[in-house]
Amino acid sequence: MSATNARLKSRLGIALIAVALAVLPFVVGAGFGNSWVRIIDFALLYIMLALGLNIVVGFAGLLDLGYIAFYAVGAYLYALLSSPHLAQAFPALFAAAPGWPVWLVLPLGAGLAGLCGVLLGTPTLKLRGDYLAIVTLGFGEIIRIFLNNLNAPANITNGPQGINNIAAVHIGGHALNRPLELFGIVLPGVHLHYYFFLALTLLVIFVCVRLQDSRLGRAWVAIREDEVAARACGINTRNVKLLAFGLGATFGGVAGGLFASFQGFVSPESFGLLESIMVLCMVVLGGMGHIPGVILGAVLLALLPEALRWGAVPMQQSLFGKVLIDPESLRLLLFGVALVLVMRWRPEGLWPSALRRRELSTHAADGA
Amino acid sequence: MLEVAGLQVHYGGIAAVKGIDLHVAAGEKVALIGANGAGKTSTLKAIARMLPARGSVKLQGEDIAHAAPHALVRRGLALVPEGRGVFARLSVLENLEMGAYSRTDRAQILADIERVFALLPRLKERATQTAGTLSGGEQQMVAIGRALMSRPRILLLDEPSMGLSPIMVDTVFDVIREVAREGVTLLLVEQNARLALSLCDRGYVMDSGRVTLEAPSAALLDNPAVRAAYLGE
Repeated sequence: MSATNARLKSRLGIALIAVALAVLPFVVGAGFGNSWVRIIDFALLYIMLALGLNIVVGFAGLLDLGYIAFYAVGAYLYALLSSPHLAQAFPALFAAAPGWPVWLVLPLGAGLAGLCGVLLGTPTLKLRGDYLAIVTLGFGEIIRIFLNNLNAPANITNGPQGINNIAAVHIGGHALNRPLELFGIVLPGVHLHYYFFLALTLLVIFVCVRLQDSRLGRAWVAIREDEVAARACGINTRNVKLLAFGLGATFGGVAGGLFASFQGFVSPESFGLLESIMVLCMVVLGGMGHIPGVILGAVLLALLPEALRWGAVPMQQSLFGKVLIDPESLRLLLFGVALVLVMRWRPEGLWPSALRRRELSTHAADGA
Repeated sequence: MLEVAGLQVHYGGIAAVKGIDLHVAAGEKVALIGANGAGKTSTLKAIARMLPARGSVKLQGEDIAHAAPHALVRRGLALVPEGRGVFARLSVLENLEMGAYSRTDRAQILADIERVFALLPRLKERATQTAGTLSGGEQQMVAIGRALMSRPRILLLDEPSMGLSPIMVDTVFDVIREVAREGVTLLLVEQNARLALSLCDRGYVMDSGRVTLEAPSAALLDNPAVRAAYLGE
């Protein structure tokens, strides 16, 4: 009786969440304007990124400060394959933009990013903690600098100007950046992107949950906790680490491809160290290794700065009669303060997993 | 069961193990004793492929000197690392389950967990507790129990008495004795020579990276040189 009740309740909960997610862009669009739907679209991309990084940092315990490089790889691959840039730069080789379908380009970007993840992982197998962080940081910068400078001798990435005129995702012959009329309702491009990104985000969440409960997930926990003991248990620590790097990077590659298609433009600027740190903050702030926590962290850090930017100017004007602090610098200031406060009062993150809570409380007991 | 010939381990330019030979027959209990820095732990780690080493190591007649460490677990060799090396933040039960990582026979694993609990009743009481909160002796039991979960034919134990109270040492050694009675072959590294030799059939004495003596335990316990150097007489 109570079991069926609980099942009914959880089904009802899922149905409510599904309805809420389905009407979200309409509610937000009507209430705040479509620019906010666009911000939510970006938040979905950040969720994918944070979940990907969570595999490396949260599950396997490998601190990666260059994760945004995989995002860049996915984004640039999509950009090159879906814009006229290659045709303009190498007219002899390409008559027109390759224009491959999205279900081919996205997996290709994911695969290439995953390969880069394994390539980064290979030389760092014996490194942990700060040493690993430094190497990954270097890797992230190398990719960005490559993108910045690969406009000569052959113009592959178009250097600091970036690549524009990237085609939007086409599904069933319809470009997602054009409004679509469906049963008398007009869906603007941002709404279409929302549904597309949401579907892929749900897929990423599903994969993450399955990975966490898998044999591989348990092996990640083991190497995070104690690598020697993991090896003594018969875990192939090398392959397990490479899989963490590779799978994490794959998600970054998917998100990157979506980013390029959504923006229509990519440049090396979007893939700086600060972005890597931002994604890492989402993971740490939300709750390392805990999927709902990481999602929460990503949503908060993607939305709160925009909310601040939106609220800061009118608030300052009503308080002081003029704008004293430029909202952009205020955003970083408040972001820093919030991080310090959270790390002081909730070091395990806003919504930690049971295991992580246990770890940090044991640490506190050790320290006392 | 295990045959080691000409095993050498180097740390940089320093030779820790300078070419030793040893063998362990199936069902035998063999001790490797010696002072600090004699190379006992290095030898054990090299056999388990946790350290790069030169020389030949054969497990049941097959060369394992180039096998991957994780593959050895599947071939029936389990190491209980020095200083216990439990997953401190996982529960006792999770530690045991991790020990069965190389196996996929779910039903049999559950039965083996019960078997380990029967052997180590203390662990059953603490099944849901995190391993890091247990006493040193209990952690040693977790480490042994976890190694048993891979169903080893030969168990390598690295200083199981380290840092334990005398009463706990006796308890842990009773457990090891029990494990051996169930037919698991033992290679035991110990500083506590008397204890190790009282449990084992045969012993090797290591000094400065070489084996200096090899004899049945009773003979070693009677040997005046061993008595003077390792038994404190």
